[in-house]
Amino acid sequence: MQFDPFVIPFNIGLNFILIYSVVRCIRWFRELSKPDKLRLQRGFFGLAFAQSLKEIFFESLLHRKILKTNLRLGYMHMSLAFGWFLLILFGTIEADVFGTRHLNAPYKAIFFRFFNPEHGRMGVEALYGFLMDFILAVILSGLLLAILKRFYSRIVGMKKTTRLRPADRIALTALWLIFPSRLLAESFTSGAYGTGSFLTGTLGSWLASFLPAQQMAYPFWWLYSLSLGTFFILLPVTRYMHIPTELFLIFMRNSGIRTGDKTGSFSEVEVFSCSSCGMCIDTCQLNNAAGITNIQSAYLMKAIRNNDNAYDIAHNCLMCGRCDKVCPVGIELSPIRMIQRRAGENDMAFRNSYKGYLRSKQSAVQEKSGASSAYDFLPETASEKVDVLYFAGCMTHLTPSIKNSMVRILDASGLNYIFLDEQGGACCGRPLMLAGQDKEARELINYNSQLIWKSGARILVTSCPICYKVFRESYYLDVEVLHHSQFIKNLIDEGVVKLNFLRKRVVYHTPCDLGRGSGVYNEPKEVLKHVSRLEKSSHEDDNSLCCGGSLANLKIGSRQRKLIARNAVSELTKSAPDILATACPLCKKTFAAVTETRVADLSEIVSEALIVPSVRRSISKKIFSAGELAGIH
Amino acid sequence: MEKFGFTITKGRQIDYEANDRGVAGYIYEKEPSFRLCIECGGCSATCTTANMTKFSLRELNILIKRGENDQVRKSIQKCMLCGKCSLVCPRGVNTRNVVFLARQAFQKNGQYAI
Repeated sequence: MQFDPFVIPFNIGLNFILIYSVVRCIRWFRELSKPDKLRLQRGFFGLAFAQSLKEIFFESLLHRKILKTNLRLGYMHMSLAFGWFLLILFGTIEADVFGTRHLNAPYKAIFFRFFNPEHGRMGVEALYGFLMDFILAVILSGLLLAILKRFYSRIVGMKKTTRLRPADRIALTALWLIFPSRLLAESFTSGAYGTGSFLTGTLGSWLASFLPAQQMAYPFWWLYSLSLGTFFILLPVTRYMHIPTELFLIFMRNSGIRTGDKTGSFSEVEVFSCSSCGMCIDTCQLNNAAGITNIQSAYLMKAIRNNDNAYDIAHNCLMCGRCDKVCPVGIELSPIRMIQRRAGENDMAFRNSYKGYLRSKQSAVQEKSGASSAYDFLPETASEKVDVLYFAGCMTHLTPSIKNSMVRILDASGLNYIFLDEQGGACCGRPLMLAGQDKEARELINYNSQLIWKSGARILVTSCPICYKVFRESYYLDVEVLHHSQFIKNLIDEGVVKLNFLRKRVVYHTPCDLGRGSGVYNEPKEVLKHVSRLEKSSHEDDNSLCCGGSLANLKIGSRQRKLIARNAVSELTKSAPDILATACPLCKKTFAAVTETRVADLSEIVSEALIVPSVRRSISKKIFSAGELAGIH
Repeated sequence: MEKFGFTITKGRQIDYEANDRGVAGYIYEKEPSFRLCIECGGCSATCTTANMTKFSLRELNILIKRGENDQVRKSIQKCMLCGKCSLVCPRGVNTRNVVFLARQAFQKNGQYAI
């Protein structure tokens, strides 16, 4: 029996973390809703399991997504995760093949060199030793990058790195000690016995030349075991909990479970899967342009995990969704933030217990729901039957040129339409939702829904991406909801409107709620290509910027908004285009205040290019006099 | 047409000793830009809600500052938080947050003895 007291810390740590992970997963599974449990069971016996294994290999071990965006940071994560995995895998094989017995306890693989110091002199053994040394060298290079990153984050191409708590700091120190102590322990043993390959062998013989290698080795084996044990014990209360949790998250996601709008097992698993890698911090415009460095998604996840008050963090965000797109773990960050914002969030909240080693569900603090409606002043209106509804939205009423352009385009199309909120209507409800006031938002949603139902329309066109998103996601409507860019594209495709080609160079800015929020990327660009020379900017599609005007943020003031807007405009107008085009009245308003370049909504550009047919115009309800038409421009 | 009568009208003076300016203090603390308001009424002019009913953010701002909270408590719930007022404000007051904070202050009943 090969045994030495120094393996005890490692054994305790390993057994603890294995049992803990299983218990935690069972608890999470039990908290799942019934449909989600079924999804998970179906996923286990279906394709989802195989997909998950593939994703775990590519993302949890190789870190492909980080490698794609940032090579150095990706290498750091890959060398540590994949390297450690290989070290364990090949270590186990080594102990199995070359050890005295097959099927060893894990510690014999980890401390193989201690128990078999004579191993690795000749032939295959030496080759295998070379492989193990090589893997260790790769890990150590990654570790070197990690240590440098902690003190000088620009070395891995990052502007900011995450801040730490004491428990995180101890765990991080333990993690940093693991591999250097392994290197020294193996080197001293190798030096004493004259074994070891290019790394441990060379270092060992050099150290042995002036130090008593035999005596020096033993303390370092203790240190190696202790740092492993400490790391495992502290893992559940630190961000390193993401290592076991992420595997479960990938499987849950592949089984088809989504965050939804309440705190639940899945959002808990997501929160614990965050590795605080800091990709969200680097992409956040509040950080880059406005210098707000404590509210990014990594900090939100940390605050939820640690049971801190996440209120201010949750509300101080533009909800542009840029972090959702770069998160290498694929956490649905914006939905989690929305959950935190909701007033009635408490009805299923998790709180830390047992010094943070467990999380327990706490009972509801039911909100007192007021019986009276705050919006009882909304007028009862019966609308006439039409085919197409045009809903301008609040923001469009602030930018009348967009409204007028849309009226002109709709008139030219000859469609039977009404302008639903021509005299100003109720808000769509999304601003209230973003402020966490869902009950109030629901009242407005019901009011608008009734208006839309009564009209019997088949198509609802809106000019505002904020309205567009909420119409699609939170209204239960029997109409086709179109953003005006999609609507205009349909008109062009079907030849309903004829457009001139404007000799203007245009750069298109994708609004957050339209692009990342609703997945409408191509229609606005195709419309713009049809009427102008569309140029590419450095921030296309998923990488598009936020204008800074977002209604999602209640906390920042006009000064910070201007900083973000200026920064975004300078990025977008690098090629000095004639027009900075957008498809959102709020973006237009925000940009127009900070730039000399002409900022125009897509509908304005189309309206300029419009050839008004004389026949159709007479069909439409409103006949513009020549003077009125001139006044639109 | 009002009935012509010899009623005793309610006093119209602002009694700073009787009024509770806790709500105003709460808003000042969390949203300092509230102090910048010059009561120009731009917010009320563009307001979505004011388009449909009697609601004036300008008036509510003044009442909150005076501490005459009774009239504010109910009215402030009419706001739809659409954010047009913040966009037109010439002083850069984060009016949306002012409304949000006022609602919050009224919800925390008792704390400010409202």
